[in-house]
Amino acid sequence: MSGALLHWQAIWLTLKLAAVTTAVLLVLATPLAWWLARTSSRLKQPVAALCALPLVLPPTVLGFYLLVLMGPQGPVGQFTQWLGIGTLPFTFTGLVVASTIYSLPFALQPLQTAFEGLGERPLEVAATLRAGPWDRAVHVVLPLARNGILSAAVLAFAHTIGEFGVVLMIGGNIPGATQVLSVAIFNHVEAMEYIEAHWLAGGMVVFSFLVLLALYAFNQRGARIGVGTGGAGHD
Amino acid sequence: MTEGIHARLQLAWPGFRLAVDLDLPATGVTAIFGHSGSGKTSLLRCIAGLARAPGGLVRFQGESWQEGNHFVPTHRRPIGYVFQEASLFPHLSARGNLDFARRRADRGRPAIDLDQAVDLLGIRHLLDRLPAQLSGGERQRVAIARALLINPRLLLMDEPLAALDQARKGEILPYLENLRRELALPILYVSHSAEEVARLGDHLVAMAEGQVLASGPLGETLSRLDFPIKLGEDTGVVVEATITARDATWHLAEASFAGGALWLRDTGHALGERVRVRVLARDISLALSRHDDSSIVNVLPARVLEIAEDAAEGLALVRLAVGDTALVARLTRRSAHLLELAPGKAVWAQIKSVAVIQ
Repeated sequence: MSGALLHWQAIWLTLKLAAVTTAVLLVLATPLAWWLARTSSRLKQPVAALCALPLVLPPTVLGFYLLVLMGPQGPVGQFTQWLGIGTLPFTFTGLVVASTIYSLPFALQPLQTAFEGLGERPLEVAATLRAGPWDRAVHVVLPLARNGILSAAVLAFAHTIGEFGVVLMIGGNIPGATQVLSVAIFNHVEAMEYIEAHWLAGGMVVFSFLVLLALYAFNQRGARIGVGTGGAGHD
Repeated sequence: MTEGIHARLQLAWPGFRLAVDLDLPATGVTAIFGHSGSGKTSLLRCIAGLARAPGGLVRFQGESWQEGNHFVPTHRRPIGYVFQEASLFPHLSARGNLDFARRRADRGRPAIDLDQAVDLLGIRHLLDRLPAQLSGGERQRVAIARALLINPRLLLMDEPLAALDQARKGEILPYLENLRRELALPILYVSHSAEEVARLGDHLVAMAEGQVLASGPLGETLSRLDFPIKLGEDTGVVVEATITARDATWHLAEASFAGGALWLRDTGHALGERVRVRVLARDISLALSRHDDSSIVNVLPARVLEIAEDAAEGLALVRLAVGDTALVARLTRRSAHLLELAPGKAVWAQIKSVAVIQ
């Protein structure tokens, strides 16, 4: 296979992984962030700490445990085998699961900040205007938390594109199946192919810069018209 | 009063207690009056279902909104609610905010339509603006229109003017008076301002420390000398009157009430129009004989009903009957002593100034 084709495969795989992970994260992290923003349960701190673990753990630690859990002897692995879908490591699905966990804090934090910033008032107002719980969620909470949701999506997407350690641990390095950009760059460097590495690495620098630039510009505009902004996870 | 509003509520939070058992009319404006921390907002929130007093009871026109374990959530209660500070959805224009209410309005009964609400509150020129582009007073007018468009059977207003400066208040009060006059919609109006209460209320509930101290028709309740909330300089009564004559030469109008008439500065009200006149206690002095040699226009024969000490040292409050109407005068205890005032005594009430408040 030619180098160029491999590059496009890696780029396509990376984008696909980031898109699927982002979609999964928005579905999972939104209710979780809502709960964290509003609960007074004693479970709040432990759950928040658990969800923030991927921020501080070395990706290899996370990858190692995921590999053990999802491997043939692990409980998750046993379960997936019982379901008849085999084991997840070294598959695209396995990458999605790992990326979702790895990028969770980056989606969670802007959502939680946005929900906390809403306060009780808009929901009370909506209730006095005959809006039931779902109506309030769709027509009040989501539009008001729009910037937070956008931040969450952009950060989750960008962070997934940049992941390396976890992928290497559980995804291996299978071209066309699990070899994402960051791993491809690593391979090029290992093989002393600096020109190819430059193209891919430089592309990622430009891409990441543009994504963040767009995000900050958007948040700035949101702040000006007075819509609650959920700040980016680490700004 | 099964057709009215009944609320029996008890709440106990650290440092705060609410314990009320109230029957309120489901007509006109009921002013819930008290200083901050008196529990009036909590009472309103419980009636709206925004707060829940365990074991409480809320009934509206025979419908149970809360009773035992039965609790109708806010979005199923036929209410409109105006919050103290701007509560417009920031992501929607003024029109978008109104449409939010219109789409969810109660269609079971004749409704106020958009044009009517917009004209009543004078907000037509603001419809395409975002809340961030409106002044505090304009936002509150849009919020009131929005609460009307949900087509409520009961309108709850929680100090809608408290967050505004004096000029903005003056800008909104006439619109609230419009509502009171033109819509047959019962309103519970929470306020700590004696002026707003005097202008808007028909029924008055006075609250302090989570309890109801007095509840009754506005005129009667305000003229009580034992009115539980000390109003100081704001002590006074409200008289419902009808314009019966206008004097073009001197630019005066005569307002007749049960038992007498007052001459006021002509403020353009037509003959036969109902007006509400506020007479402050500090503006009434008493004399034993009629003086025609003073600048005071309004001198009315009255009878002393009751005398009580004012909260301020050296001052007394005197309740007077002018025909069927009660007035309250505030004078020094020395004057009360020198005039030998006692219940039943005939006096002349000299009224220095009267204000038409509606």
